[in-house]
Amino acid sequence: MMKRKHPPRWATTLLRWWADPNTSEEVEGDLLELYTHWVQTVGVQKANWKYTLNTLKLLRPFAKNKRAHYPKTYLYSPTMLQNYFKVAFRNLLKYTGYSFINVTGLATGMAVAILISLWLYDELSYNKQFENYDRIVQVMQHQTFDGQVNTQTANPYLMGDEIRNKYPHDFKHIVMSSWTNGHILAYGDKKLTKMGNYFEPGITEMLSLQMLKGSRAGLNDVNSILLSESVAKAYFGSEDPMGKVMKIDNKNDVKVTGVYKDLPYNSDFKDLTFLLPWSLYLSSQPWIKEMTNPWRSNFTQTYAMLADHADIDQVSAKIKDVKLHKVRPEERAFKPVVFLQPMSKWHLYAEFKNGINIGGRIEFVWLFGIIGGFVLLLACINFMNLSTARSEKRAKEVGVRKAVGSVRGQLINQFLSESLLVTILSFGLAIVLVQLVLPIFNEMADKKITVLWREPLFWLSGIGFTVLTGIIAGSYPAFYLSSFRPVQVLKGTFRVGRFASVPRKVLVILQFTVSVALIIGTMVVFQQIDFAKKRPAGYAIDKLLFVPISTPDLTNKYEVVRNDLLKTGAIAEVSKSSSPITSVWAINNGYSWKGKDTGIQGNFAAVSATHDFGKTIGWELKEGRDFSRDFPTDSSAMILNETAVKFMGLKKPVGEIVKIDNKEFHVIGVVKDLVMQSPYQPVFRTSFVLDYNDASVINIKINATTNTSDALPKIEAVFRKHNPAAPFEYQFIDEEYAKKFTDEVRIGKLATSFTILAIFISCLGLFGLASFVAEQRTKEIGIRKVLGASISNLWGLLSREFVILVMIACGIAGPIMWYAMNNWMQKFDYRTEISWWIFVVTAILAVSIALLTVSYQAIKAAIINPVKSLKSE
Amino acid sequence: MKRTFLGEFEEIVLLTVAILGEEAYGVSITQELEQKTGRSVGFSTVHTTLQRLEEKGFLTSQMGGATAERGGRRKRFFTVTATGRKALVEVKQVREELWGALPPQTLQLMGG
Repeated sequence: MMKRKHPPRWATTLLRWWADPNTSEEVEGDLLELYTHWVQTVGVQKANWKYTLNTLKLLRPFAKNKRAHYPKTYLYSPTMLQNYFKVAFRNLLKYTGYSFINVTGLATGMAVAILISLWLYDELSYNKQFENYDRIVQVMQHQTFDGQVNTQTANPYLMGDEIRNKYPHDFKHIVMSSWTNGHILAYGDKKLTKMGNYFEPGITEMLSLQMLKGSRAGLNDVNSILLSESVAKAYFGSEDPMGKVMKIDNKNDVKVTGVYKDLPYNSDFKDLTFLLPWSLYLSSQPWIKEMTNPWRSNFTQTYAMLADHADIDQVSAKIKDVKLHKVRPEERAFKPVVFLQPMSKWHLYAEFKNGINIGGRIEFVWLFGIIGGFVLLLACINFMNLSTARSEKRAKEVGVRKAVGSVRGQLINQFLSESLLVTILSFGLAIVLVQLVLPIFNEMADKKITVLWREPLFWLSGIGFTVLTGIIAGSYPAFYLSSFRPVQVLKGTFRVGRFASVPRKVLVILQFTVSVALIIGTMVVFQQIDFAKKRPAGYAIDKLLFVPISTPDLTNKYEVVRNDLLKTGAIAEVSKSSSPITSVWAINNGYSWKGKDTGIQGNFAAVSATHDFGKTIGWELKEGRDFSRDFPTDSSAMILNETAVKFMGLKKPVGEIVKIDNKEFHVIGVVKDLVMQSPYQPVFRTSFVLDYNDASVINIKINATTNTSDALPKIEAVFRKHNPAAPFEYQFIDEEYAKKFTDEVRIGKLATSFTILAIFISCLGLFGLASFVAEQRTKEIGIRKVLGASISNLWGLLSREFVILVMIACGIAGPIMWYAMNNWMQKFDYRTEISWWIFVVTAILAVSIALLTVSYQAIKAAIINPVKSLKSE
Repeated sequence: MKRTFLGEFEEIVLLTVAILGEEAYGVSITQELEQKTGRSVGFSTVHTTLQRLEEKGFLTSQMGGATAERGGRRKRFFTVTATGRKALVEVKQVREELWGALPPQTLQLMGG
């Protein structure tokens, strides 16, 4: 047979492009047929020539396609849109189980994401309500002790004046202040402890206080007070507070000169419920005069507001030596470097390590941002997984729709509107959930967050996200399924490829990797907290409380108070100390001892106490003896803790002489380390000396056999009697001690809730997938049963796949989390090792949760009567 | 009534379609024309004429009969419509009337 010849390709192409589209099919065919004829009759060359000639003559480049005028289909007419959603809604109702899983999972994920976004928004907008947010700074200083740079907000009290005089052009306001503390505020019979602080008058302008009564000039007079709205209400109700005289700490009379609107809760000044003039502070604390020249202790804070033109870095550099030349020569060794910390960094970047601003809460902002993102991602993965899995079932529907006349656009719209409907429902549900959970969340996170109903950004991002998720999740069925050929699908020759389920498997693995990672993270956090909690405190925190010495009455009548307390029989011991045992208030310099290395400066945490202090708190002596009234020489006695002894390098500490600024003390004993500061850090070297005058708190130990609730009224009666000017206030040491863990416990709790939610969402997805797989394999299972497979066989068959996926996820998450958590632990000096069992337990937990989820569907499918499953369709 | 003008070539093509009956499509018409008239007829000319005749309503067409030789493309089969037949008959009548009116000596001269 003759080899078939082909006409010139270019001519054919030309024909295809430019010939009349209405007749192109038959013309191309006719020409081909003729060409064969020509080749046989007149030869190839002539045939080619004729073919080309005819082609050229048949070109009709401007012809329009006349025959293809189908009636126009409407993709977006109101009727069609209505129809899309009607069908979508019917589909939702038809598969209630799927819809429920889809909507619940997605709504949970969205709710978590919304909550976290609100939290992030709150954190990031901290302090931002202040008008002068950009200009307000705090004057802080770095000091170097034994090579370690410490950073603090405390400054000598003349710092403000010095800066004011030396750099008048760089600042608009400089405001010295004390610390925001509880003060007893009395008006008539009403005595309450309220949080307040002493400020120089500039504070009112700096914080742009909104005055409800009086003016911002209210702090100019020595005996004045500005009240916040809530405090004014608490004392005066509907009365006019202006001009009323109140008493502070039972010492000074002050006149109300103004009422300001409460300061925003998410700001560093949230506790500031009243303001007192700085001048009153100076006049009521006569000892301050001694701190003048040279500058002494750092006991005040300095706030400032930059002038409009001033650049914070330049000013910061300018004032860096402002303290150096004002202090005593021996203090110059600490190299005080003064700098400015802008308000924008107070909250999120509060931590310093070796003089470098290393961050702080911003870590949590990142952490929760990432967690929120992941939870949302999990929910989206679920949604996508379920919709792609289900879409295969709907291939037939696509076939029928196409056969009946749907165009592709309509199918795309149909599927997209279905997934949009789900996301919109979820978003609605998520907002309801957020509203319900917000009070609990606020309590857990110590916030006052509200949903930002009026913030356009909130709605914009919420709705934007909803639509985006809907479109992404709906895109697979919309674009892939709508491309099916109806003939293939309806004939049943259509096969989803072997690899169609691969993306789904990858998504399941990703989901469980995140969940497992969160479980491991949470467990490590709790292990660390638990480890620190179990650390021996060095003292007995039970039934121990302290009462602050708030008025001169208590100082003068201490012995009487002590005796009366002991007489009640409910009290085991009473003592005074310069700070509560759960904190260090003073770190002093100038310690020296025999054999002290001249290179070190030697600063110690210093606690002044009375004879009975040790017995009250129940410390444990390691060497030597406790303070005793039998030794009059104990007025110059000192007790050290173990760390101090180690630091000083003393072989036999008892009997050694320690000098503090030329005053000599002899060491009489060594106590086991007391955890007074952070339980995550090494205990600081501490010295205890006897001093009955330097006291801030009265420590009270209740009898072991007495109930706390019985003892408290007795204690209160004694204080009421001897200290009538102050409300009876006390704090339990065990509660104070627990506060050291608040931050970590809070993070732990939040992380736990998010972990549980993440697992919940993942399980929902797994549940849906398992039921889908079981349904898809109904016939297979029926046949297997007929052939003799047992229920456990089938259960294994259906569960195996998912268990493998979860195990892979564990394998991925394990090493990542081990690395990440090890990094996290580095910031704690007192830390536990991450135990291997956490990983094992997590893996077992994850697998069993997955197995439980899948088993329900697997067993349900396995026990079904094969007759039923085989006769379906 | 205004009659549609039927050109000479159009008339021949229309007649050929009628002759071929159910087998009338582009190629067969071209080949039949070449055979019957002995003149070389371009396919493109035939195609264009067929299009024109269909537009004028003398022909209808439907698709069908794909073969491998045509690369799987269908043929367009033409059939003469009632109007087409009427037009042919009219043309023939006009011719016959004219022939009939021819003087006998002229007819003799033409060898008829």
